[in-house]
Amino acid sequence: MKKLLLGTAALAVTASVAFAGSHSVVRMGTEGAYPPYNFINDAGQVDGFERELGDELCKRAELTCEWVTNEWDSIIPNLVSGNYDTIIAGMSITAERDEVIDFTQNYTQPDPSAYLVMAGNEGVALEGAVIAAQTNTIQASFVAEMGATLLEFASPDETIAAVRNGEADAVLADKSFLTPIADEGGDLVMLEREELIGGGVGMGLRESDGELKEKFNAAIQSMKDDGSLNTLIAKWEIGAAF
Amino acid sequence: MCTDPSQLDQFSWLACYLTTPKHMALYWSVGTVLSLLAITAPAALLFGFGGATSARSRITPLRWFGKGYIAIVRGVPDIAFFLFFVIALDQGFEWIRHQVKCPDWPDPIRQGNDFIVCAAAKMPLGTAPQWVHETYGFFLAVLTFAIVFGAFAANVLYGAMRSVPHAQLETAAAYGMTPRQTFWRILVPQMWVYALPGLGNLWMVLIKATPLLFLLGVEDIVYWARELGGAKTARFTDYPHADWRMWYFFGLLVFYLLFTRVSEVVLDRLMKRLTHGQATVGGEAQRKAA
Amino acid sequence: MSCWETLADYGLRSLGYGERLLPRDELTICQQVVLIGSGMLWNIYFGVLSVIVGFMLATAVALGKASQSALWRKLSEWFIFLFRGSPLFIQFFFAYFLFLSLKSSFPAASVFTSAWSGALVVLILNTAAYSGEIFYGALMSVPKGDIEAADAYGFKGWSKFRKITWPTMLRLAWPAYTNEAIFLFHATTLVFFSGFPARQQQGDALYYASYFADKTFNPFIPYPILAGYFILLTLIIITLFGIVNRRLNRHLPQNDRPRLKLKPRLLR
Repeated sequence: MKKLLLGTAALAVTASVAFAGSHSVVRMGTEGAYPPYNFINDAGQVDGFERELGDELCKRAELTCEWVTNEWDSIIPNLVSGNYDTIIAGMSITAERDEVIDFTQNYTQPDPSAYLVMAGNEGVALEGAVIAAQTNTIQASFVAEMGATLLEFASPDETIAAVRNGEADAVLADKSFLTPIADEGGDLVMLEREELIGGGVGMGLRESDGELKEKFNAAIQSMKDDGSLNTLIAKWEIGAAF
Repeated sequence: MCTDPSQLDQFSWLACYLTTPKHMALYWSVGTVLSLLAITAPAALLFGFGGATSARSRITPLRWFGKGYIAIVRGVPDIAFFLFFVIALDQGFEWIRHQVKCPDWPDPIRQGNDFIVCAAAKMPLGTAPQWVHETYGFFLAVLTFAIVFGAFAANVLYGAMRSVPHAQLETAAAYGMTPRQTFWRILVPQMWVYALPGLGNLWMVLIKATPLLFLLGVEDIVYWARELGGAKTARFTDYPHADWRMWYFFGLLVFYLLFTRVSEVVLDRLMKRLTHGQATVGGEAQRKAA
Repeated sequence: MSCWETLADYGLRSLGYGERLLPRDELTICQQVVLIGSGMLWNIYFGVLSVIVGFMLATAVALGKASQSALWRKLSEWFIFLFRGSPLFIQFFFAYFLFLSLKSSFPAASVFTSAWSGALVVLILNTAAYSGEIFYGALMSVPKGDIEAADAYGFKGWSKFRKITWPTMLRLAWPAYTNEAIFLFHATTLVFFSGFPARQQQGDALYYASYFADKTFNPFIPYPILAGYFILLTLIIITLFGIVNRRLNRHLPQNDRPRLKLKPRLLR
């Protein structure tokens, strides 16, 4: 047992030497188009729940962090290719993704997906309806499977616009993304029905980057323990607390 | 004055809105697009020149390479290239640097899905500030554009080289010039007038390909127009508005129409200049008119 | 599952036949080749129809630009300027917006909010502008002697155009027009990429290629497959247009027949 411990200790030392070299700055990759998780504010900076969370995690893990934005479609290929070191972009932990990259423990509770429809159209039968979703999201796959007519758009904005202009009966997306839109009190309302599709959201890392993963896991755990994570979740209305 | 935009009247609201740092990023990105064009054009011409010369080389493998480059790149939609080329180029560079800088690195570069080179081989280095990363991304985009449009330029130049009257080359040979001398002193100076219409078109095409820049990870005008135009709720901005992408894209449309129009006029003038004194129909017409 | 079964299940998936759900895990190369190939049907549909309709419209635009009437001339010039001077990417965006707003006043216009018709209209107009410019250039280069000879033989009006001017114009324009056709087919990949939404996961080759790139997180397999398909398609187009070129020049003596040399002239 002692020998084994010594072995891991030695491994940890060499790993952290290599680590210090490659990670003097940790580059945090995000999308910047998914409020309240992450968005570009009026000042042109990355802002949102994940910005505050990420900065706090880096402080606790004693890392220097830097924010980078990347298109959603190529966000994982660019991570494994080494263009940045983490993905912190409202990415749900799924089995498919977990095969290719590693996730930290989740920092949000599983966020249900919700439907947004035009006011007055709440009675629509969803199974036979036209439902808009963003291309290549878990919601898109879900709609394809439930048998409704799926209409795919490149960006979240376009899915909302599609409901407004009557191209689609409803849009399916993360509830925390739809809530501020429904709250505006305009023409769009949220349905009672919710779908539990994704797991919680976690940070994505390269599978070979175990050291960094442990640091962030520890930092997330400490934020869960002292309640500061719940404060952030409440502030940005991300969903249920831990 | 812009501290509380919700209290402003329409005009000053708009004035404040259009000068947010985020809008400044949009205006700045116009500069990015223009400088990208300014660097890509000569780079693509260089690739094209290389491609055309190797396509008419007497060394067989080199000729195949040149012809293959022209045929393959021209046969594929540019968008298909853009979607994977940047990552491929980046990994290629890092792989080469890894071989040079860390020859006795024990771990494999490909670990499952991960592509891991030693820290010294990273492009740019992990310690580099953000602007270095952005510049590097910019140059990868330039290189990708140059490779794609270099193939088109190569095709134009290849045709132009064949359009130079053969008698000119024969005369050069008769004067005792070596093939190399003939190429540089006779063929190259004369081919431009034949190449210019094709190259001019290529320039217009290049301009119109820049909306795809955001695929290459460069935050260009389309990226910012989409970002700024999308509907904004009051929670996340001081300037909430509905879906305004229409207006931003209209701005882009005007920008491109103006830009292509100006280019057309300039190219016309340039063509007139170049035809001057040339032994072609156009040159002859100019001589008679004068 | 063998590759033949995959072909039966997904060969026509882009048109809505076969398996309802796309493959989701344990994706094979075979599935990628079949589905991306299935998506090519859309690229071919858009390309072929817009070449055919665009060709006719382009002739009209070229004649309009060469016309004596200032109205037709200006109209054609502006049409060409608008569509040649702006990126197709932005044209798709505006077309979709325009069709949506038309829909609210004329319900009949709602067909155009679907890609199969709306995007087709944009592609037709776009290629008509580019080809119209090519044809106009060729029309201006028709040798004076040909027209004089036609007059001497008593050709007039429509029959002069149909039998003398038009064939000569086509012959002169053909190499450049071949290029335009190739680029038009390439441009069809933008349909589902910007503007028009994909319905029921029925999309073109690029749509499926990016689907696989997203599911496998590996862009290095699906996009090269897509590239392979397009190289093949380009070769087919060159061959077909070469046959037409031979027919257009069949009256010329063997040595004078221009070989189809492809100089790139225009794309978007």
